[in-house]
Amino acid sequence: MATKILTEHINVPGIETFDVYRKQGGYTAVEKAVKTMTPESIVEEVKKAGVRGRGGAGFPMGMKWSFLAKPEGIPRYLVCNADESEPGTFKDHYLMKNNPHLLIEGMIISSFALGANTSYIYVRGELMYVITILEKAIAEAKAQGFLGKNILGSGYDLELVVQPGGGAYICGEETALLESLEGKRGNPRNKPPFPAVKGLYQCPTVVNNVESIATTPWIITNGGDAYAAVGIGRSTGTKLISASGHINKPGVYEIELGVPVEDFIYADEWCGGIRPGHKFKALVAGGSSVPILPANLALTLANGEKRLMSYESLSEGGFQTGTMLGSGGFIVFDETACIVRNTWNFSRFYHHESCGQCSPCREGTGWMEKVLHRIEYGHGHQQDIDLLVDVAKKIEGNTICPLGDAAAWPVASAIRHFRNEFQWHIDRPTEATQPGAVYRGEMELV
Amino acid sequence: MTTETKPTVQFTPERLAKVQEIIARYPEGKQKSALLPLLHLLQEQEGWTSPEGMEYVGQLLGIEPIEVFEVATFYTMYHIKPVGKHVIEYCRTGPCCLMGGEDVYAHLKKRLGIDTGQTTVDGQFTLKEVECLAACGMGPVFQVREKYYMNLTNERVDEIIDELSK
Repeated sequence: MATKILTEHINVPGIETFDVYRKQGGYTAVEKAVKTMTPESIVEEVKKAGVRGRGGAGFPMGMKWSFLAKPEGIPRYLVCNADESEPGTFKDHYLMKNNPHLLIEGMIISSFALGANTSYIYVRGELMYVITILEKAIAEAKAQGFLGKNILGSGYDLELVVQPGGGAYICGEETALLESLEGKRGNPRNKPPFPAVKGLYQCPTVVNNVESIATTPWIITNGGDAYAAVGIGRSTGTKLISASGHINKPGVYEIELGVPVEDFIYADEWCGGIRPGHKFKALVAGGSSVPILPANLALTLANGEKRLMSYESLSEGGFQTGTMLGSGGFIVFDETACIVRNTWNFSRFYHHESCGQCSPCREGTGWMEKVLHRIEYGHGHQQDIDLLVDVAKKIEGNTICPLGDAAAWPVASAIRHFRNEFQWHIDRPTEATQPGAVYRGEMELV
Repeated sequence: MTTETKPTVQFTPERLAKVQEIIARYPEGKQKSALLPLLHLLQEQEGWTSPEGMEYVGQLLGIEPIEVFEVATFYTMYHIKPVGKHVIEYCRTGPCCLMGGEDVYAHLKKRLGIDTGQTTVDGQFTLKEVECLAACGMGPVFQVREKYYMNLTNERVDEIIDELSK
């Protein structure tokens, strides 16, 4: 039986209410934490667990916590990043909507560990109905003495605030999120200083993803070592994977890290295979920004071994033959999908979402969108493929925040692995622009 | 703001109470943090984020109208031009397109007789294209105010439009 750390009780009727959540053992981790543990010992357990940032960056959460500056007399903040907006990613939406108390319990434990007395959950504004669910759950927890002044008689005070965003992908970048939370445009900040030193209101701040924070109740209950025993190697624990595209069973699945990609796609427990009568063509494994892989490279490593759902295995081979686990936004393409059209679509997304501060990103995302548009619509020039590679290369690494990289990688990887398909669009524009036309030339389908 | 003129837009007493509650969430002197929530409140009441409304929100927070405007225009959710009774925000991003999102959108445009960014002559519907709504496994998707409509087909779109038109 696979370990369920986040979703064990998610289908229990009424789990969104305090009473049902409590009956399932909810909030016992808060009791244990504030009554029997010190903040330092909680940080220690989270470090031992080895849980890595689930928003996409994969940075170890315990280490991030230990960087938090703790000057006397200055408040510290915990901010939960619930601005889930990366195309293909809908796991936090699922978790918060169905089991809001799990996040709240995690926020209480994490805030206590960091010494924060006011913590914010920044939720993308489009999810206003989820904000209502969270606020109701917070009110319930407060009425039961798990939030507010002197929690469970421990002397620890905590207020939880849910903040709506206004519709901007960039606010998922932690410093843009902090700007937005301060009531400003979501322009990422130059680093250093890092939020751990100067974050919200120039005070020391930790920003963690919803799924990361939601692991803490289980870690406190079962111990960091027990968490680290799940998963594979440095990819400890479980991961929520939001699966979409041409599969039989799209949805959110909690997997133990280390499951073979092939099993995840074909097993009935998870995606249930490619839709009937179709073949597997390509995979975006971790949200739109990670490199796209053709089917054969998605399933197997260069040495012939099976590729696994883990940070290390998915990135095996670097960008030549590998990709990234990212946010767990798992998008499956069958042979009816046009890679050029999808790449144009993603480029349009990044162009639309660029905040405009850095020229390489502001201009480059626009150029990529335009060039991809003309290739897709039958007006591509012979030099356009190399031009795209060049523009992508000049965006990558040259911007304040990772949005530039996120915009460059999908384009560079699509050309790396599907160059023939781009070339076909340029060479055979009449054929390629017929309704429903898709490149059927040489490629490996599974 | 130093102007003494009575603003042309004003929150209802219930919303004004809510405004005070929101401002109290942030530390002393950091009330600008309330700007995004207040703009949502404004749009909920007025249907859109009007220049008068933005000026009013600025007054409530003690900030200049330009500070409100530069923020409102950065984010996609604030309608800074008048909109119809129902604003349909249709996801145009990759995963939804894989599930036939573009065909369903073509049907929706035909059904309403308008293009992206337009409002029907009866003022009932405004159509907007938006980026990923974090519901990719249930695509195609659109949103009307708080409500998500998922797994859309042409038939389902017709039903929803009929329902909303009542």
